[in-house]
Amino acid sequence: MSGQTLYDKLWNAHVVHVEDDGTTLLYIDRHLVHEVTSPQAFEGLRMAGRQPWRLSANLAVADHNVPTTNRSEGIADPVSHLQVETLDKNCDYFGITEFKMNDVRQGIVHVIGPEQGATLPGMTVVCGDSHTSTHGAFAALAHGIGTSEVEHVLATQCLLQKKSKAMLIKVEGDLGAGVTAKDIVLAIIGKIGTAGGNGYAIEFGGSAIRSLSIEGRMTVCNMAIEAGARAGMVAADEKTIDYVKGRPFAPQGADWDLAVAYWKTLTSDADAKFDCVVELDAAQIKPQVTWGTSPEMVTTVDGRVPDPACEADAVKRSGIERALSYMGLQANTPITEIAIDKVFIGSCTNSRIEDLRAAAAVAKGKRVAPNVKLAMVVPGSGLVKLQAEQEGLDKVFIEAGFEWREPGCSMCLAMNADKLEPGERCASTSNRNFEGRQGPGGRTHLVSPAMAAAAAIAGHFVDVRTVAQSPLKAA
Amino acid sequence: MEKFTQLCGLVAPLDRANVDTDAIIPKQFLKSIKRTGFGPNAFDEWRYLDHGEPGMDNSQRPLNPDFVLNQSRYRGAQILLARENFGCGSSREHAPWALEDYGFRAIIAPSFADIFFNNCFKNGLLPIVLDAEIVAQLFRDAEAAEGYKLTVDLDAQTVTTPSDQSFAFNVDAFRKYCLLNGLDDIGLTLRHVEKIKAYEARRKVEAPWMFAQ
Repeated sequence: MSGQTLYDKLWNAHVVHVEDDGTTLLYIDRHLVHEVTSPQAFEGLRMAGRQPWRLSANLAVADHNVPTTNRSEGIADPVSHLQVETLDKNCDYFGITEFKMNDVRQGIVHVIGPEQGATLPGMTVVCGDSHTSTHGAFAALAHGIGTSEVEHVLATQCLLQKKSKAMLIKVEGDLGAGVTAKDIVLAIIGKIGTAGGNGYAIEFGGSAIRSLSIEGRMTVCNMAIEAGARAGMVAADEKTIDYVKGRPFAPQGADWDLAVAYWKTLTSDADAKFDCVVELDAAQIKPQVTWGTSPEMVTTVDGRVPDPACEADAVKRSGIERALSYMGLQANTPITEIAIDKVFIGSCTNSRIEDLRAAAAVAKGKRVAPNVKLAMVVPGSGLVKLQAEQEGLDKVFIEAGFEWREPGCSMCLAMNADKLEPGERCASTSNRNFEGRQGPGGRTHLVSPAMAAAAAIAGHFVDVRTVAQSPLKAA
Repeated sequence: MEKFTQLCGLVAPLDRANVDTDAIIPKQFLKSIKRTGFGPNAFDEWRYLDHGEPGMDNSQRPLNPDFVLNQSRYRGAQILLARENFGCGSSREHAPWALEDYGFRAIIAPSFADIFFNNCFKNGLLPIVLDAEIVAQLFRDAEAAEGYKLTVDLDAQTVTTPSDQSFAFNVDAFRKYCLLNGLDDIGLTLRHVEKIKAYEARRKVEAPWMFAQ
């Protein structure tokens, strides 16, 4: 018998009951809750007269609707206001721990879970948000769920699941300078497509993944869903354990030792069998820029916008034509000749301290180009913001002409006031370039934080590997 | 949840791959705290010529004549025909809510995104995977013949054309059982209360840190 994958181990440790057809009742250790996908679930609980099964498993925060400018006035949009207020009321009513909007710990749900140590290796982590895959960076089984499932987890602490197939994506070798976790994951999506991971749980492995920081691994796992896989994960190692240590929700004392001993087993066995293995050479990966309306529509910064005439498949060809029309791009245009109107540095993909440092190192001592109407930096949490300010990054950004904002999802999906106007083109560190994602008619190009900062300075896309960077002062 | 047994419904073809849940129901409508009323805003950005916001009177908005669902021949469609990776992107259950509220009861595509696929079953909406070649044929037939209907039989797991051509599809036995009977998952899971408690008791010994307050 072959060994177990990390996914097997995480799955097996959480099985409560198995139906005849393999449908499994899986125990959920951590449930993260936000304002958009929870109101109907709480309402369902109330109508059925049910209580949350285990209060301590839940942690809530408002992130999608919150303003990123002055919050002293509250939320101006009455519909957004009601949704956030509804979360507050539901958490108060049921007794769920919530970081409210003016709590320094507030932030994007996928940033604060790890930051607080609420996400731990070996856990099953779910949230009514597809980017829950982020938490897989901690050797956790983490994925997004719908609102019916939010209610199901609240009521039963379990989910009904069918086991996925296992895919290993191995990225071996050394990344070039200026090439980041974001470029790795965009290159993966470019290779396997946005449906490539459908039906799979993906483990990211290989020396290039092991070399990434925990924050880099979160960026990679975050976009597993953009490759079609609900769950992405990375094996636990010393970096994982070091990251968790001392965080508010992390175990302590004897519990810590017991936990660490277990966490060290959270790797795929050497003889584990995967249903599919994909390999990439890290040295070949260049900075990536998306040109279309799906994350798989991606190329390298030294590439060109594709020509639909070169695509043989009719469905794909019409997809490219539609994307180019929406994006206002001509076939064969060099990526570096695409001028931008706005820059967004933030989102659950790239709003952590290392992301902000990478962007600041590019922006330091320079100015945002005159054709760029708005360049904004939205930290992932109040604590990330605080740390960045202690390191002087806010000053670097502000002096360069960026706006320095309050934490939240912001222009990743434009549910708050931060959005693109029709036709505006944005260099964005977020995760989705879908039509209308950042505002109706808005045009999104996904890039890494350093690439976004470089584009802000140049006014068009530019290869960050050719841009001089300034060392930041140590904290 | 509404039961799903048999359906003979008008088919609307939506000829795009990778239709994402942002397109199915744009983010501004996610601010609702209700589960109903999303139908008039399904595919909002494709369907209307103006920009939609919550609270607008959708019956007064200009329709996009180029969007397939606006063609009168597809009015009242209950079966949506789609291309690969339908429902990708966000986990928002508002997407199946919007499709269901619009009037769809089944979606046929060569593949679906996992979370969307799962969410459909919780809402009496049946996602059916058929081979890409069969889907391509259904697209041709639906576009060629006005009033084209398909019959979906969940119990028999078949999709049948007007010319009595029948295609089998797969569905998990447990999901099928729930859909045929309109069963609420939570009620079913709560039959296993003792097993959940036993699991927790064991894990509190094995992994006490998981249960910290």
